[in-house]
Amino acid sequence: MLLVIFASFIGSCGMAFLKAGANRLAFNVPALVRNWRLTAGVGLYVISSAFFVMGLKRGELSILYPLVSLGYIWALLWSRIFFGELMTKAKYAGFALIIAGVVVLNLGR
Amino acid sequence: MSASATFSSPTSENVGLIRSLVVDKRRRSFVLVVLCTLVGAAAQILIKQGATSIAQPGFVAAVVAMFTNLPLFIGYCMYGFNAVLMILALRDGELSMLYPIIALTYVWVTFLSLWIFHEPMNFFKSIGITLIICGVGILGRGKKA
Repeated sequence: MLLVIFASFIGSCGMAFLKAGANRLAFNVPALVRNWRLTAGVGLYVISSAFFVMGLKRGELSILYPLVSLGYIWALLWSRIFFGELMTKAKYAGFALIIAGVVVLNLGR
Repeated sequence: MSASATFSSPTSENVGLIRSLVVDKRRRSFVLVVLCTLVGAAAQILIKQGATSIAQPGFVAAVVAMFTNLPLFIGYCMYGFNAVLMILALRDGELSMLYPIIALTYVWVTFLSLWIFHEPMNFFKSIGITLIICGVGILGRGKKA
């Protein structure tokens, strides 16, 4: 269970790095190579999926899958802290519906 | 005069239409991320199909299969393409809006599994799919803050 929570945490960090890298995106090879934020983002994403698979192998699927939704909470935090994105009622509603949907969908697996 | 007017007016209309479709960065990033979920779902299905056909167990066999097993290879290539789409979407869109939309992948995977692996549909799955689609709809419609 800890592995999966950790995986969701790292995965959302990876996404935040991708966003930071994408904000500085330039379409030429040297700039893309030097864009370490993109590299870090992809790397964290790969590591997170490895932890996720390790966690799944050891645990009860029906409990672990909904924990992936934690990633959305982390992502919301990063969006506010690092990118200053405003939260609207529509966003909270969309968030709540999607998290509920992911949890319910995985109950059916 | 009239000839040029009939010629120019639809053109400027088209330009306005194209501008509203393409230049609206927020909408473009939404469409990109939805595309991203479709590619991601197809990749997952291919990887599952490839993984079940690997004869030997073990890490080395899995890595070799990534390059020799066609469904696996295409699946991982699609994951790479997926990352490119995601980065392009994130460039113009908000993380807090785009990240939850990735949940659409679950919806496509469920439908594709139903169709390809004949996994049964049930009550929980259909409710979950409905909730996710409603949530994505709200995020997609919501005005920019």
